This record gives sequence, structure tokens and C-alpha cells, in this order.
Amino acid sequence: MSGRRMETVLTTHFADEGFRRLEGYLGKAGYEGLRKAVAMPREAIVDEVKKANLRGRGGAGFPAGVKWGFLPKDLSRPRVLVVNADEGEPGTFKDRLILSRGPHLLVEGIAITCFALQIHEAWIYIRGEYAREARILEEALSEARAAGFLGKDLLGSGFDLEVVLHRGAGAYICGEETSTINSLEGKRGWPRLKPPFPAAVGAFGRPTLVNNVETLANVPWILRNGGERFAALGCEKNGGTRLVGVSGPVVRPGIYELPANANLRSVVYDVAGGLRDGKALKAVIPGGSSTPVLRADEIDVTLDIESMAAKGTMAGTCGVIVIPEGTCMVRALSVLMNFYAHESCGQCSPCREGTGWLARIVGRIEAGEGKPGDVELILDVCDNMSGRTICALADAAAMPAQSFIGKFRGEFDRHIAEGKCRP
Amino acid sequence: MSFSLTEAARAELDRLFAGYPNRAAAILPALHVVQREKGYVPDEAIPFLAELAGTSPADVEGIATFYTMYNRGPVGRYHLQVCRNLSCSLMGAEHIIAHVSGKLGIRPGETTPDGMFTLSMAECLGSCGTAPVMMVNDEYHENLTPESIDALIERLRAGE
Ligand code: SF4
Ligand code: FES
Repeated sequence: MSGRRMETVLTTHFADEGFRRLEGYLGKAGYEGLRKAVAMPREAIVDEVKKANLRGRGGAGFPAGVKWGFLPKDLSRPRVLVVNADEGEPGTFKDRLILSRGPHLLVEGIAITCFALQIHEAWIYIRGEYAREARILEEALSEARAAGFLGKDLLGSGFDLEVVLHRGAGAYICGEETSTINSLEGKRGWPRLKPPFPAAVGAFGRPTLVNNVETLANVPWILRNGGERFAALGCEKNGGTRLVGVSGPVVRPGIYELPANANLRSVVYDVAGGLRDGKALKAVIPGGSSTPVLRADEIDVTLDIESMAAKGTMAGTCGVIVIPEGTCMVRALSVLMNFYAHESCGQCSPCREGTGWLARIVGRIEAGEGKPGDVELILDVCDNMSGRTICALADAAAMPAQSFIGKFRGEFDRHIAEGKCRP
Repeated sequence: MSFSLTEAARAELDRLFAGYPNRAAAILPALHVVQREKGYVPDEAIPFLAELAGTSPADVEGIATFYTMYNRGPVGRYHLQVCRNLSCSLMGAEHIIAHVSGKLGIRPGETTPDGMFTLSMAECLGSCGTAPVMMVNDEYHENLTPESIDALIERLRAGE
């Protein structure tokens, strides 16, 4: 990108195979953040994270320090940390990298967070498909326990912490925090009506904090180097770096750790090397499948939350999906609509019915059986879904439909008129 | 029909059910144990787990069907699940699915007559940067090409 080598927080030692084991991690200042934390007053730890300007990395971007503050002050009811490792938003594959290359970053982040907030019990909810990552993480947890970084009286601080790894079983919706909690309790992963919010009544009825893997993995660095330095790595409203995932037919797909305000065009062309086989760019989905699509001429924008919002889209999970010229946008939308219809949990009728309708209508247009008025019908269904449901999945399905049509309307109309594809 | 498990699996279940704040919370991991032992979650396992969890068979059934990873019927020795979501689709997932399908002579949802392979389609597996991707049982196979698939299937057929 620029000539200056960027400082990284998370991926610095990911190329080093030994880093995933305790010994290798300790050799790179591992658990120094925790050592520092246990010698600090608890409020000072929280202050450091507030100063760091760390925002949740799971997609919603809520300030982590503020979220931590939602737990009730009263300690009489035991509180719980739930770690959301249920990555499943199409285009997003960053947490898997942390889990497999730097599991101790997460374990240390959990220990510091729990110590700061006096949480004695943490549950890591990992998506069921990540079997290999679960094994790596389990190994890291045992290593950390044996070394006294977890468990009874951790590091001689008098503080006890138990961490349990819990595997999901295949359901995208379990990434929604109240659904994660229900699933953890052994129920169907149905999102819950809020209030009560998890901070008041969460897992097993206890006050609960839910944080994403990447969010927590940043915490050790913040303790080691200070919140101000972390904040300085990012931009005004979001400290630190982002793990940006680039997928689709680019020269170098993968995860890149970049400043929170990296330029999207530069991500596609410089970082990921541009498109393969000299293809031209058609569109980019910037932050995971539910974020509104941008046309090729709209990607000169920085990835920070505010700039993306100003462009009418979202930074989301920073899962950048690159779509080349020659892709049929009706077909691409059809893939996404099938996904949301499959993953709707079915509790709310606007979502259950709406996602099904969207999948069917887009599907028939794609199959050459679209009818005049179908595009209006799609937009109408979207209007009836947004903002009327328990969780955000209905909106997550409506946004790509609205933006694909808004920006590539001609393709949908032609598909209907000619009964076939001419992207 | 009654339902039985190996000693080791039974012990693991007991540990699971004792380890959660309430017994019902162990149902998901318990279903994983059953599936690992049997290859799928047989009907007889439902009342068996309900009893252990202190809940109703209808509850356990509801959970076993809600989550896509639990197979409710027998699958082949190797369960091939190819991602069909957008990043994989842009990298040719359709061709990959067609290729596997042609090679094995089965369509998605089917099992080969010798019981070796079941083909399914999956949603995003969280491996979009190494698309196209499929899972074979618990393992990811990434950056798939027709050649890599042929080689893999030969290896599995040869029992390696
Ligand atoms: S919006 Fe959809 S996914 Fe969310 S709770 Fe309602 S039906 Fe379930
Ligand atoms: S789209 Fe296939 S792994 Fe994400």
C-alpha cells in the first residue's frame, strides 16, 4: 500500500508455525498483557480498552468498552462471557485464521476481559464445521490451564476462570448473539426478543457479555502497548486494524490486516493484486454478503464504518467479495437469496415468508420464467421485511436484494424480457 | 429398537451432561457424540438423549432437525459437502458440484450404491479465500479443481 510498513496487531507472527503453541506464543511476548492486567486495578483495564477505541469486529461495530459497561454493577449474580466464534456470514473467513494460527491471542484476550469484568465463566461457541480449529483451540486452552493462565487462582491473582469450548452444529443464525445464547443452552438457535438484553438476562439466565473472536484477540496487544497506541493505528472512530478478507477471482485472495480506513480500491487492486486473467471489475460486496453491493466505479472509498455508511453500504465484517465482469447479477443474487431462505429460523412471518418469496422470485427470473412486475414485487417484499422482525436477518436478506436491483436493474429487466442471461 | 453406545461414548456423555449448568445444554455436544459413533443420529437416539437430558423427545427431535450438521439418516462413509455460496460460486462451485456428481454418478442428496460417498451442498463454510471448498467428513479441502477432486476420490476409494 503506502511505502511505510504498517504495524500489525494480530497477524504479526501468523506465518510462524510455532506461534499457535504456548511456547512459541510466550516467545513473542505472549501473556504479558495478562500479567500486566492482573497487577492493575480493574477499572484501569477497562479504561485502556476504552482509550483504544476498539469497536466490535463481528459486523455491528459497537464500541467494546461501552458494551462491557452494560453488565450490571452488582456482582451478586455470576456473569458469563460468551465468545462468538460462529463465523458464517458469506465472504467472511477471518476468525478461522485467528483460531488456527493464533489461538492464544484469543485465550489471553478472554482471560484479560474476564479478569477485568470479574467473570468467572467463559463459553466459546465455535461453529460446528470448524472441527480442526476446535482441536487447535482445545489444545491452546489445555496449555494455558497447565501454565496457570486459566483455571483456579490464575497467575496467583486469587481469581478463578473456567473456559469451556462448545461446538455448534450448522446454523448461520447462531451468530446472532441471542441465538448463540439459546443454542448454547441446548435449544434451537432462535433469536430472542429484546429486552431483556443479554447484559441483564443472557446465558443460563445470567448477565452475559457476547464478544467476537477478533475483538477479544486485540485485547492483549492493547494491554501490552496501551490503548492510545492502539487507537493511533486506526482512524478517528475505530482504533486498531481490521482483518480484511478478499474473496472471488482476484490474484491473491486471503486475509490482510490493514488500517481501519484502508481504501477499498487499493484493497482490490494493490493488496489482492486485482482480478485474475485480466478480467474487468463489475462490483464489490464490501463487508460480507448482507452489505449493499457497490459498482466498480463506487469503490474509491475507505473501509471505515462512517465512510461506508456515507456510500450507502456497510463495513460489516470487512469480507470483501469481488465480482468480475461477465457475472450474471441475477444469478449472484439468487445464490444469496437461497442462502437467506435456508437460514431464516422461521420465527417471524415477514422473514420466513419474505426470504422464501425472494428466493423463489429471483430464482424464476434467473430460470427465464420471470414475469413483468417481478422486480417491483421483490422491492415490495423487501419493504415488508425490513425492521419488522426479532433479529436483523430479514434486513440482511433485503439489503442485497434492494442494492442489486438498485444498481443492476437493467439486467433484471432484460432477464425478464428475454427470458435469458445477457450480463 | 433399543439404543446402545460404546463404553467410552457413554462415559463421554455422562461427563457432558454433568458439566453444563443445566443438563439440557449438553444436547448439542451429545448429538455430536452420537453422530461420531453411528455416522448419523438414529431415531432411537432421540428418546435416549431426552432421558439423559431430562427433557422431552420432541425437544431433542426439534434440535436434531434444526441444525444442518446432524444427519438424520445414514450417509456414506465419506460425506462430501460442497459450498455453493457466493465466493465459491464466483470461483466455479457449480462446475465442482457437477464434476463430483458426474464422477460419482450421484446427484446432491444421494449416496453411492456401495455406501462409500454421499454428496451434499453446503452454505458458506468460512473458507471463502480458498474457494472452491468442500468438506469431507470433518476435513476441509480447499482450492478445488477437477484434478484435485479426481485424485482425492481415488485416494478415498483405495481406502487411504
Ligand atoms: S428475523 Fe428471521 S431469522 Fe431473525 S428471528 Fe425472525 S425469522 Fe428468525
Ligand atoms: S462462500 Fe464458500 S466458503 Fe464462503
